Amino acid sequence: MYIFNFEPVFAGFDQLLLGAWLTIQLSCAAMVVGLIVSVLCAAGKTSGIAPLRFVIDVYIEVIRNTPFLVQIFFIFFGLPSLGLRLTPNSAALLALVVNFGAYGTEIIRAGIESIQKGQIEAGTALGLSKLQIFRYVVMKPALRTVYPALTSQFIYLMLTSSVVSAISADDLAAAGNNLQSQTFASFEVYIVVTFMYLVMSIGFSAVFSVIEKAAFKYPLSR
Amino acid sequence: MPLIRPFGLPEFWIIVMAAQWTIALSAIAFAGGGIGGLLIALLRVSDAKWPRLIATAFIRVFQGTPLLMQLFLVFFGMNIIGLAINPWLAAAVALTLHASAFLGEIWRGCIEAVPPGQREAATALGIRYYNRMRYVVLPQASRIAVAPTVGFLVQLIKGTSLAAIIGFTELTRQGQIINNATFSPFMVFGTVAAIYFVLCWPLSVLARRMELKFSRATAR
Repeated sequence: MYIFNFEPVFAGFDQLLLGAWLTIQLSCAAMVVGLIVSVLCAAGKTSGIAPLRFVIDVYIEVIRNTPFLVQIFFIFFGLPSLGLRLTPNSAALLALVVNFGAYGTEIIRAGIESIQKGQIEAGTALGLSKLQIFRYVVMKPALRTVYPALTSQFIYLMLTSSVVSAISADDLAAAGNNLQSQTFASFEVYIVVTFMYLVMSIGFSAVFSVIEKAAFKYPLSR
Repeated sequence: MPLIRPFGLPEFWIIVMAAQWTIALSAIAFAGGGIGGLLIALLRVSDAKWPRLIATAFIRVFQGTPLLMQLFLVFFGMNIIGLAINPWLAAAVALTLHASAFLGEIWRGCIEAVPPGQREAATALGIRYYNRMRYVVLPQASRIAVAPTVGFLVQLIKGTSLAAIIGFTELTRQGQIINNATFSPFMVFGTVAAIYFVLCWPLSVLARRMELKFSRATAR
């Protein structure tokens, strides 16, 4: 009979908390930068410029049809041969941004396409500038429409970020690996780490639904 | 033989051949996940409270935790229940459970998308649960389910790459091994990525086409 021993796990719990904090920072930073990439790519995709659309399409298809682990290996081990040497943490951030950007673009594009032409024409008739139309007439309602999809993509991003432990970034999964090799209580460590991820994903869903109520409530306000 | 050998055609073929393990692992997880997913989906739409709660909890846990942690837990958990550590078996079991949860959630949506009148009509005709599901609800749900299921298969194939981390030699792990011998990461991981792309892209395109065809057929 196996005897569970959680004592060493809780003795090293501060390491895990530190890792969880980095996971949160990494995911949030990747989401913010990734969202900017997504909005730009989605704007490029819905614009009429054919070569630009093609390049963005290739980016999306390549990222969505290859595993994140291979993408991060490519960035961390492959890019130095092109002269771009990154620390594990910045390679992790870059990989997450590139990955999130591809999925985010498709989500935001769907939102932009849900805006009816008449809305944009009404904006033009009111004398709004192109940028104003994009911001107030297109982006704001588009973001509202795709908000649920974006939040679940973010949670998926946070869970995926555990893979960056494979290049020894300092995230929660890596903290788990370190603690595991110090204590040899493998199962206990990973049960606790898994539970922490579960708490984080439930916590983020709660935060997102609060944000949704605050930011996207009707009647519409500026 | 020199310590570092160049990345040539033999190395390329070693990586290509490793794709068979990725395909085998995906196939096992997909088949196992198909059975488990159907069970979870049926529990999830059941009228009884407890089966529904259990299925919901199962889905929540597997969708709310990283696949990598699921792999680790099965890998180290096998030791606890007295089995020898075996990356092949651990990867197959973990991915099967993972696929069961995701397919269960996808198929639940498909079952619920079948108009309730169908089920009510079958009940009114005196058709019992088993036959009602077997001949009335599931055949209609399965038509809705094809496109998202193929879409999930792409996600599953990509997910098998994580088995490399617990030491199962599939495509990604073979890439790491070759990279250690040749030290040309750009070529090696480029090749690995290209093989995944060749496996996944046709499925993605197929899923998109089927989705389009289905939405056209049902939009009237």
